Amino acid sequence: MTRKRRRLLLVLACGAGVATATGLGLSAFSDSVAFFVSPTEIAAKAPAPGRMLRLGGLVAAGSVHKTLIDGRPAATFSVTDGKTAVTVRYVGILPDLFREGQGVVAMGTLAADGSFRAQEVLAKHDETYMPKDVADALKKSGHWNPAEGPPPPAATWDTMAVKQAGG
Amino acid sequence: MIPELGHFALALGVALGFAQAIVPLWGAHRGDARLMQAAPALALGQFLAVGISFVCLAWSSVVSDFSVLNIAENSNSLEPLIYKITGTWGNHEGSILFWCLILTMCGAAVAAFGAGLPSSLRARVIGVLGLAGVGFQLFALLESDPFVRLWPPPVDGRDMNPLLQDPGLAMHPPILYTGYVGFAVPFAFAIAALLEGRIDAAWGRWVRPWTLAAWCFLTGGIALGSWWAYYELGWGGFWFWDPVENASLLPWLTGTALLHSALVVEKREALKVWTVLLAIGTFSFSLSGTFLVRSGILNSVHAFANDPARGVFILALLGLVIGGSLLLFALRAPVLSATGIFAPVSREGALVLNNILLCSIAAVVATGTMYPLFADLLLGEKLSVGAPFFNATVFPLAVPLFAAMAVGPMLSWKRADLGAALTKLWWAALIAAAIGLFMATRAALLPTLAFACAAWIILGAAADLGERVRLFRVPLSASGRRLLGLSRGTLGTTIAHAGLGVTIAGIAAASLAHSSIVLLHPGQVAHVGGYDFQLTDLHDRSGPNYAARVAVIDVRHDGRLLTVLAPERRTFPVQQITTTEAKISTNGLRDLYAVLGEERDGGAVLRLHVNWLAPWIWFGALIMAAGGLVSLADRRLRVGAPARRRARTVPA
Repeated sequence: MTRKRRRLLLVLACGAGVATATGLGLSAFSDSVAFFVSPTEIAAKAPAPGRMLRLGGLVAAGSVHKTLIDGRPAATFSVTDGKTAVTVRYVGILPDLFREGQGVVAMGTLAADGSFRAQEVLAKHDETYMPKDVADALKKSGHWNPAEGPPPPAATWDTMAVKQAGG
Repeated sequence: MIPELGHFALALGVALGFAQAIVPLWGAHRGDARLMQAAPALALGQFLAVGISFVCLAWSSVVSDFSVLNIAENSNSLEPLIYKITGTWGNHEGSILFWCLILTMCGAAVAAFGAGLPSSLRARVIGVLGLAGVGFQLFALLESDPFVRLWPPPVDGRDMNPLLQDPGLAMHPPILYTGYVGFAVPFAFAIAALLEGRIDAAWGRWVRPWTLAAWCFLTGGIALGSWWAYYELGWGGFWFWDPVENASLLPWLTGTALLHSALVVEKREALKVWTVLLAIGTFSFSLSGTFLVRSGILNSVHAFANDPARGVFILALLGLVIGGSLLLFALRAPVLSATGIFAPVSREGALVLNNILLCSIAAVVATGTMYPLFADLLLGEKLSVGAPFFNATVFPLAVPLFAAMAVGPMLSWKRADLGAALTKLWWAALIAAAIGLFMATRAALLPTLAFACAAWIILGAAADLGERVRLFRVPLSASGRRLLGLSRGTLGTTIAHAGLGVTIAGIAAASLAHSSIVLLHPGQVAHVGGYDFQLTDLHDRSGPNYAARVAVIDVRHDGRLLTVLAPERRTFPVQQITTTEAKISTNGLRDLYAVLGEERDGGAVLRLHVNWLAPWIWFGALIMAAGGLVSLADRRLRVGAPARRRARTVPA
């Protein structure tokens, strides 16, 4: 085999590796990309049921109810961006940092009745940190304009007025 | 006084770093031996200065000096001593200082062990390390100063994040950082080679032990982090494809590729340009891994609280290091010419295949990790890429890699006979296929393949070893002598490959795990995966700086009591944070795992898992790192060893 053929073979092998990676990437992408939505966006234009979504916002004060679904411990709560709220159902253990009035990100799909079925609930906060998705939801709903200063303190989120919509 | 001393030592470190960057590089450029000779002393001096600075910070933490802002925010007088020490690197400022300390340690290590290197190469390597060190020490000094004073000092500190108060995590950052930063040495060698315009087999031999050492630490660090997530976060899983995790996996993938391609440079003087690019790429991934997540650019569930103002400095620094080195590569790479040629079916060919597949995996992981960032910047869309993407792209690329792994070490250099190598592996293939068929009835396609691959790799490593010691073909004692005579490099490869097989088996077994979330009242029983979990008691307990709620669970199998698990929920009053403390009972083959959730109506919500082979994941990583260490002990890799061997053979 000549040197040129060898180099060609090497380049072809590299090409095959990259092509496989790209192909696999593209085919997997559409199924596993979760778009971020705020409650207001769901109310305005509901995404197709079954589509993977990330819902960000604050847990509305007084909205958390612990129930049993099919004999398994579950919780329902409202996620709000201050304008609208979406009811979230979640089977499982809520994270340690989950609190009413605090930021939360729910991963899941929209059910036919307009409620959100979460497969995963992430909560994280301290005095200085707010999840990026939650900050974005607050900005979108006009509750926080970063140009005017830091986000509203956690204490005011608790009393944030909620207009019930979308379930 | 002590914090000011630390601050001064850090500033001194920056000054020495500037000298370390300029003097040896200028000396190497001019061919001035005196300037080049200054390099080791400057590197040791910089290490000493930053070391003193770090000790000062640790001391302030140990004596709970809350007039230092960093310590007031991240420590507490009630904290156990070990967490006061480990808390030094458990926060942003301290971890950056720690990062700088390890970088200067690398420079000092090259200075101490690099006596056998040509003086111009050593001067350039130390100079490049000094240049990188200056950048990050400036960052520590100007943007994230750990020694800022607070007046008036608070009565007590705000305490460390309770999730980080754990012995496993105490050791995780030092090991992981040593892995990350260790790749600075191969990077410096690559830059030095570009500056010199020359790479030969000796360069490959010098660069390999440093790469190997960094790789061992990175392997251990990733495994420790994953283990911590498994038992401390209580999510029941070991890998979540989170940006932080991906960021550590990327340099591991390219670093593994570098380890193999440097071997080709050493043995055959081929793949030189590619190896230099890999060395640059691996360190670039290490840098972005440590800093992209911290700067708040990538969104992660388990990042520290972050401060976007710092992001700009870090981004500029990253751009300078990565962009500068790639520019130098583009300008100087054509000078390096390839000499070795080889057939596609050969050891080199197998190593090229290894590199292509590892880099393809790294490319898809990087794409998935960075895509949300680009989608946000370019398309204005907010999205996240989840685990299904990584599972669907990484595993199909990994399977051919695993399949080739068992064969590669059996091929000879230059030109090999694939058929002959495969005939030596027939029994391994047979057993792997049998295991695959056996699992096919119990698991899905991908886990089945993974089980077969795990068996194939472990047995392939055994077959390779058996072949080398001529097991059963010569008397056992002769085989034993051959085993002792094997080069440590060969032995290390075999051990590390087998270790990966063990890890793959552990990962594949995750598909056989059972888990259930149940609400139990005391006395009630839940059945999970053939085991009976009975909640017997719920009570309170108090710890040094927390109050805990404990659930006591008896686990029975066929009516026989196996173990009592007592998972906890701990409330830390200072930080107002609650953490879950999962409890795990293992017998090496399966983990019984229990997490206590909230309580309602006198009952407890529990998450119960039966995880088969889970400990194998980390045990395998440990074997891999051990294989790396064995390989590191190879005579050939110890600097100066070849010279000594020559000296011994000459009189004979």
